[in-house]
Amino acid sequence: MNRNIGIVYRKELRDLLRDRRTIMSMIVVPVIVMPLLVTALIMTSAKLTNKVREESPKVMIIGGEDSTQTVAALRTLSNITWVPASADFTNLISDKKINAAIGLPANFDAAIHAGEDPTVKVYTYEGEFKSMNAWQNLNWFFQSRRDKIVGDRLTEKNLSPSVLKPFEVVNTNVASPTKVSGNVIGMILPYLLIIMCMTGAIYPSIDLTAGEKERGTMETILCSPVARSHLVVGKGLVVLTVSLATACLALTSNGTAVILIKHLLGGAARGNDFPLVVEPSSLLAILVMMVPLAIFFSATMLALGLYSRSAKEANSYLQPLLIFTIMPAAAAALPGMELNYKLALVPILNVSLAGREIMTGALHWHYIALVFISMCIYAAAAVAVAVALFKREDVLFRT
Amino acid sequence: MIEARQLTKLFRDKKRGEIRAVDGVSFRCEPGKIFGLLGANGAGKTTCLRVLATILRPSAGTATVGGYDVTTQPEKVRSSIGFLSTGTALYGRLTAREVVEYFGRLHGLEEGLLRTRLDQIFAALGMNEFRDGRCDKLSTGMKQKVSIARTLIHDPPVMIFDEPTHGLDVLASRAVVKFIRECRDRGKTVIFSTHVMSEMEKLCDTIGIIHHGRLMAEGTLAQLRERYACADLEDVFVRVVEETP
Repeated sequence: MNRNIGIVYRKELRDLLRDRRTIMSMIVVPVIVMPLLVTALIMTSAKLTNKVREESPKVMIIGGEDSTQTVAALRTLSNITWVPASADFTNLISDKKINAAIGLPANFDAAIHAGEDPTVKVYTYEGEFKSMNAWQNLNWFFQSRRDKIVGDRLTEKNLSPSVLKPFEVVNTNVASPTKVSGNVIGMILPYLLIIMCMTGAIYPSIDLTAGEKERGTMETILCSPVARSHLVVGKGLVVLTVSLATACLALTSNGTAVILIKHLLGGAARGNDFPLVVEPSSLLAILVMMVPLAIFFSATMLALGLYSRSAKEANSYLQPLLIFTIMPAAAAALPGMELNYKLALVPILNVSLAGREIMTGALHWHYIALVFISMCIYAAAAVAVAVALFKREDVLFRT
Repeated sequence: MIEARQLTKLFRDKKRGEIRAVDGVSFRCEPGKIFGLLGANGAGKTTCLRVLATILRPSAGTATVGGYDVTTQPEKVRSSIGFLSTGTALYGRLTAREVVEYFGRLHGLEEGLLRTRLDQIFAALGMNEFRDGRCDKLSTGMKQKVSIARTLIHDPPVMIFDEPTHGLDVLASRAVVKFIRECRDRGKTVIFSTHVMSEMEKLCDTIGIIHHGRLMAEGTLAQLRERYACADLEDVFVRVVEETP
């Protein structure tokens, strides 16, 4: 490496690391604040969910005066608080004063005995947690009751209950825990790394270009003997370092947070038995795929930062870039989105899709190689643009 | 030595069209002498000095600085100059020592020589008290000393000063003026721009009056007074500007 590139790199990195804003955007936010917030949010949400589940929903029975059997059976449900009937039950549910109401039709028990087909209505508040909890309990009750009545009727006619259930269907997973977790983690992990690479590059790229213009140090460095191409490469390497460091630190801290949450919740949360297995070789492969993407981000942002008159203007160019990054990165998780020759050439989306393939272990090396090579070409083009802009006086002195 | 030959710099502006910021400027500045560029704001002084410092490329003509051509050997030119202007700020998050070391290394100084020169310059400029202080915490005068140390660390044969006293108080300005004189006394080629007449009169061996990008008059202070029959430089300057078509 050219001596001057190394000198510029060391100086810029030292300068940047002394800035509180870099420490905030590179370490404090992704490594401490975000995992703490996510952990706190999930823990609080799990606790509240459990608490609400433990609370008995308030339910009202409308009608049923002539259906004592059903009403008596309902009242045996221990996890429901029964409240006296009221004609205003719909408003009471909407105002969350009660959680559900059961509308039993007239002569319900008699209609069942007569073999008719009466309808029970359960009134709920769609989407309201306690109301949905009440609905689950009541639905389970009425389904069990219906099965029992069907069983009794079949027995009366000397028929086995298997008449209605000639065979069983059992879902059996054959994928290894690595593949099961890889399928889900493969959608989240590349997305997280891409976004962190991008956000990690924003602040340093602005500080080292538009920030220098504002502080008046651009002219100082331009009158030194360092070649402009070396200057931009030195600065670009700093942005790349911060970008990759942000992604790696975020990966470590979020991984730790997930393990911590699993440990703290124990068996309390639904889906907590999900296997969390990540192959180190897959992780390494994804990080390697991230390098040309991070170079692409760093050079693009450095070029935009340099073109800007001020840090404020640079921010206005770079913030919308986040949307153009999030959309393709997240699109990889859409159903049916698979890596092919065309998508392997779409920047950002290709890395996200390749990352998913690597995590699931369904490796199509020709596609992955194409993704890597195309990203290297995009990165080289972005670096060439950044170097060309650093040589343009109208850009350097655009104030 | 600095020699400018028909030096021209054009800018293109969307509203104003082509602007001739420097228009066929020729002059010569010898070692051990100070050449002063005198002009109003926007006359073309800064652009001219930026071209000489190879921060900008000339549109036509050329110049040699320290024996190197500004168009074909810009990096060698930058190794031969010390450039100080109001636009050359310091890195606020680095210490005075780190800033000077950074530029010393970029100029290719070996670590041993860098240490020696740094100690000499810091002692000479009285900077040891704040050598490890961050530049954003230093006073204006201290910052100016750090800038001077930055321009001197590689001991360049040519010094280019673009309005170096602009915005400084009297004491800091005097220190800069003293430093420019010392550069001349050590045999360096010095070019200096200002619109402050008293500084021109005190410092410069040769004065060039620049207006609308063109060098309208050149000579010693005595020659200019005689040519324009004026007692002081300010009157000379006004005459030159008024005579410009």
